[in-house]
Amino acid sequence: MALGSVNIPFSEVIHIVSGKGSENIIWQNILIRTRLPQTLVAVSAGMALGVAGLLMQTLFRNPLAGPSVLGISSGASLGVAFVLLVAGQAFGFSFARVGMWGDLAVAGASLGGALAVLALILFISRKVGGTLSVLIMGVMIGYLSNSVVGILKFYSLEEDVHNYVIWGLGSFSRLSLERGGLFAAVTVPLSLVSLLLSKPLNLLALGDHYARNLGLNIRQARFLIIFTSGILTALVTAFCGPIVFIGMAVPHLAKMISRTSNHFTLILNSCIIGGATALLCNLIARLPGLDSELPINSVTAFVGAPVVISVILKRRKEKIME
Amino acid sequence: MGSADFININNLSIGYASGSKQKIVAANLNAQINKGELVCLLGSNGAGKSTLMRTLCGFQPFFDGQISILGKTIGILTEREISRLVSVVLTDRIVVPNATVSELVSYGRSPYTGILGRTNKKDLQFIERAIEQCGIAHKKDALLSSISDGERQKAFIAKALAQDTPVILLDEPTAFLDLPARVEIIQLLRRISSESGKSVLLSTHDLDLALQMADRLWLLHNNGPLITGSPEDLLLQNAFQRLFQNKGIEFDTKTGLFRVEYEHFHELPIKGHGFEYVLLRRAFARRGIKTTGMRENPEWWIEIGKNGQSTFHLYKNEKQLISESSVEMIVKQTMNCMDLKINNK
Repeated sequence: MALGSVNIPFSEVIHIVSGKGSENIIWQNILIRTRLPQTLVAVSAGMALGVAGLLMQTLFRNPLAGPSVLGISSGASLGVAFVLLVAGQAFGFSFARVGMWGDLAVAGASLGGALAVLALILFISRKVGGTLSVLIMGVMIGYLSNSVVGILKFYSLEEDVHNYVIWGLGSFSRLSLERGGLFAAVTVPLSLVSLLLSKPLNLLALGDHYARNLGLNIRQARFLIIFTSGILTALVTAFCGPIVFIGMAVPHLAKMISRTSNHFTLILNSCIIGGATALLCNLIARLPGLDSELPINSVTAFVGAPVVISVILKRRKEKIME
Repeated sequence: MGSADFININNLSIGYASGSKQKIVAANLNAQINKGELVCLLGSNGAGKSTLMRTLCGFQPFFDGQISILGKTIGILTEREISRLVSVVLTDRIVVPNATVSELVSYGRSPYTGILGRTNKKDLQFIERAIEQCGIAHKKDALLSSISDGERQKAFIAKALAQDTPVILLDEPTAFLDLPARVEIIQLLRRISSESGKSVLLSTHDLDLALQMADRLWLLHNNGPLITGSPEDLLLQNAFQRLFQNKGIEFDTKTGLFRVEYEHFHELPIKGHGFEYVLLRRAFARRGIKTTGMRENPEWWIEIGKNGQSTFHLYKNEKQLISESSVEMIVKQTMNCMDLKINNK
């Protein structure tokens, strides 16, 4: 929090956050209005994405799975596209000018879209069964909503499209302190609740047959895992935009730092590393010396891509050794 | 009850159902396993071994008949109830990222642990004993991906032991392994069944090992019945010949072993016996020549001489033509002299 475009001494930061105030009103404003909520949001969003990604990688037994495989962030994008692109035109004004109500509408639409897709996926997983079909459905829903968004963009005002693109770049700085606090109060406990899923996750990692033989009700476990991961992803996407790569890269880092397959440890690791990674990305996005903030997704990609690439290279090496 | 049936299969029909269509793989199966028995399930590919195994685990519904394990009926039990009756080791090679041997074994305690899967003192004792019994204590902190195939198979067997069920089912546990590892795995299973009183059923293609190690065999025929009995009784009934009928496999009633069936185009009498005779017979069989015992006044024959070192002498009309100490050379020379080409007609 001490670092940023404006330097604030660390001792002052402690002072201000602990409520003692500071002589420098500007510093106080910067901290309370922007940096504190950003930190809160970044840490809790990182946690949520890290855990959601880990859940998906174990469920699909695929190291390249992430929160986006279920198509939930695409659903959120679709919802936002409807609000920003269609509603704006239909009512004859651009949402960019409406201010706060616009923000809420965007968050609401995004949450709505994400939850709709989640409901659809859960329905499929109940009806069809089979982990692979859920995966394929998620990816297909992703493609479909992207193409709908493409059509919407084509017929929209330039200003609206610009707004949509900005939303799609993601940001941890859209929430005020109160709303950021609320966001953290929901996502952090939810991330920790997933610790209750660690036993089913441990068993599912052995494959469906072994899991079943060890007494696991696979359908129920799969439902709960998709539900938890989906809600976490939906929340983050709604309030921060689609954040890429964190959810895919964090679980690998979590597996790297402790050599265990026990998801109790792995979920905790993912929480810590997820929060730290998101915070780091946010910091890089607003390094001292830069006047404006970089889009957060460009930063997460630069941080996450090397991790994912190293995982693929490592896997290749293991395969050759076999 | 005493030696009450651990597993009882009654008039069972197994197969797949897709939609309203049923594909029955095998029907009218009847078999039992007693306490502490090691049973091997044999049958050619496609006979339904894996289907039968999956059905016994409760993974797959069956059409008709009854399976009961310790008097409890499979089909109406929940996953959790089955998990305390039957443990499995499957053929699927599973990659569990980051898992160590002892972690894998500890997951075997899942049917007994609480919602978070924490292991208590008693669980840890079971885990340690299982790892020790399988002889992988020195690898217990190694990653599953870093140990050999045989050790990994033992780790999965230890997982099944930790599950502490009266019945262990293994689907081809010796596939992918080399011969010493196969023998080791079967010996381990043999120890488990006789020492801990668990019933072990494994499907396998290792006929020789099954004949020597199993208390009882289940022979699953294509479309045919399931024939059960001790290896020796089944040998007496010549039950094996039918298992591999018309597949170029011949059952040797003298040795109780299988051998490849060759087509023969010539016969060659051999004077002598012992190991040299067996080897000579094999070498000639590959070339389409059937060796016979000595007859009166044959035109060609081979005599096995043993004076310190084995020698083979080829005779034609009472005259010795060639003398060789290598099986390869005597067979080659004989073929030349008799003007035979390999497998010529």
